[in-house]
Amino acid sequence: MTETVKTNSFELTAAQVSEIVTHAKASAPNECCGLFAGQANKIQKVYALRNSEQSPTNYTIDSRDQLRAFRDAEELGLEIISCFHSHVKSAAYPSPTDVRLAFDPEWVYAIVSLQSSEPDLRAFHIVGEQISEVDIVVTPD
Amino acid sequence: MPTVKIPTSFRDFANGEATVESDGRSIAEIVDGIRRQYPKFYEQLTDDNGNLSPFVNVYLNDDDIRYLDKLNTRVSPQDVISILPAVAGG
Repeated sequence: MTETVKTNSFELTAAQVSEIVTHAKASAPNECCGLFAGQANKIQKVYALRNSEQSPTNYTIDSRDQLRAFRDAEELGLEIISCFHSHVKSAAYPSPTDVRLAFDPEWVYAIVSLQSSEPDLRAFHIVGEQISEVDIVVTPD
Repeated sequence: MPTVKIPTSFRDFANGEATVESDGRSIAEIVDGIRRQYPKFYEQLTDDNGNLSPFVNVYLNDDDIRYLDKLNTRVSPQDVISILPAVAGG
């Protein structure tokens, strides 16, 4: 049984939100995925990466893309602190698979839903079976 | 001795270390060295049968070892092994 509790916040610029939505739409009908680099809860770089599963219902970040992103972040003095993916035909809420495969309670797991005409971007901490929603604060570019 | 880079998500299992050195001539030997030095980290890397977990990516320099010779991939002393959590969901 999962429960949802809202905690803290997560900062993205309007351009970063646009980048995520653009990646989601370009990847449809398959799920998109990517990583965020930053410090604390402020995202400084978005990595739009390949979904090696090429699936409308699952994603795995391409392992080579992932290594490149980690190295790039390291060179910039940043840290990979969270990830995102899309839900093409379901809500922006962690699926049972998302919960099962969440590996770091410190990470924020962002999900953009394309099920409605207006994309819906939400973010969560996943700790065991507990899902906690994180407010996304969109700042000017 | 080959260097093993550990991401933040796994450092709690390796006494907080960002890099460790592990002697070995193959990825299997490196992983066995990790088992002896950091048993909790080893548990994150392997399944109950000692096989590499599908939920981690292991790289020799720039290459995912799944595309090389997996655990039998040969390692030289100057090589860098990076270990990252596989990021996946549905």
